[in-house]
Amino acid sequence: MVTYDHYLEEPGSLEVEYFSTFATQRAGNDFHSFWAEFEYGATAWWTAELYLDGQTTFNDSTLFTGFRWENRIRLLQYEHVINPVLYIEYEQISGADKILKEVEGHDVEADEVASNAVAREEHNHELEFKLLLSGNVKGWNIAENTLAAKNLTGGNPWEFGYAVGASRPLALKASAQRCSFCRENFIAGIEMYGGLGNRHSFGLRETSHYLAPVVAWDLPSNWTIRISPGFGLNDNSHRFLLRWGLSREFPGFGATLGRWLGEHS
Amino acid sequence: MRRILSVFVLILLVLSHARAQSDSSKHAAKRKPFYTELAKAPPRAAARPNLLESDPEAVAAGAKLFAMHCAECHGEMANGTRRAPSLRAGQVQSATPGALFWVLTNGVVRRGMPVWSKLPEPQRWQLVSYIKSLSNFASQGP
Repeated sequence: MVTYDHYLEEPGSLEVEYFSTFATQRAGNDFHSFWAEFEYGATAWWTAELYLDGQTTFNDSTLFTGFRWENRIRLLQYEHVINPVLYIEYEQISGADKILKEVEGHDVEADEVASNAVAREEHNHELEFKLLLSGNVKGWNIAENTLAAKNLTGGNPWEFGYAVGASRPLALKASAQRCSFCRENFIAGIEMYGGLGNRHSFGLRETSHYLAPVVAWDLPSNWTIRISPGFGLNDNSHRFLLRWGLSREFPGFGATLGRWLGEHS
Repeated sequence: MRRILSVFVLILLVLSHARAQSDSSKHAAKRKPFYTELAKAPPRAAARPNLLESDPEAVAAGAKLFAMHCAECHGEMANGTRRAPSLRAGQVQSATPGALFWVLTNGVVRRGMPVWSKLPEPQRWQLVSYIKSLSNFASQGP
């Protein structure tokens, strides 16, 4: 859910996803944040994604909180034990953004206490870089992401974060029949993610961390459902996060669009 | 305003890429085939036997996986399309199972074939079993 492996979208394919996070909030209102994601395989080594973020804070309001443009670039031509992918993201979001797509710097639960009317007045332009490392061992995918982010508004320092995860399909062999409930369609895993402070105060002090089991269900009709309950590991973390997502892949979208453009020009 | 402009630029990028993909697919047929990648498999990888060769369900399971992941580019009958070559061609059918497995695992990233190591090893061998089974039918490849 939070940890990326090194696999990119297939070239020309478009994946559309709705993703949702419910979070408990001490000393404030619980909230439900959500995003729409459009992921496109530009080439076999480059995937681009557009996110549109929003949130509902209970007893407060619902609002659009901004957009993100993400790029993942595969660095090596062939598969290795560890496969690096460079992740570059530009965000233009308000202070009311609560999607918690990653945890960075000194992000803590108390950051989300402010009302939407106050928080939305803050505007952030942020650049985010990640080095995604991932590999496969005996059917398990093990991935580690290191994050560095810089808010371009104001004199904010570079902030850091991490995510690690492991996942495995419930069956490694595919069954001969087309089926929705075959074990190979289910992937289970666990991930941990959190902040590592910033350039002036690197480390675990005043940071939040989460541990989250994850289950994904790939349907033969190109739909995928993912769900992950997350648990805060210290007093700075939300006690509970429930993430879930629903996505649909459109293979050959680029070629279809290309043909359409060719016919109409 | 800046937000609207940024989204507009992004949409333009996607449209221009789609247009470029349309143009490149027109020229795909003129490009040299991808079969040379099979020869790049290291000898040790090429010599690996298919672990599921004697599995009676491997071909059927591979056919299912092919329809889900490969048919979009290689064609439903694996005859090839403008985007990817025929898998019935002699170069593919005469390749060792290990060489096919190696290309599946590593993809041909520079030429648009993604890596398929996200499929567990047994599923990649099932795909190899299916691709090899195509030699039992009349070759319709180049």
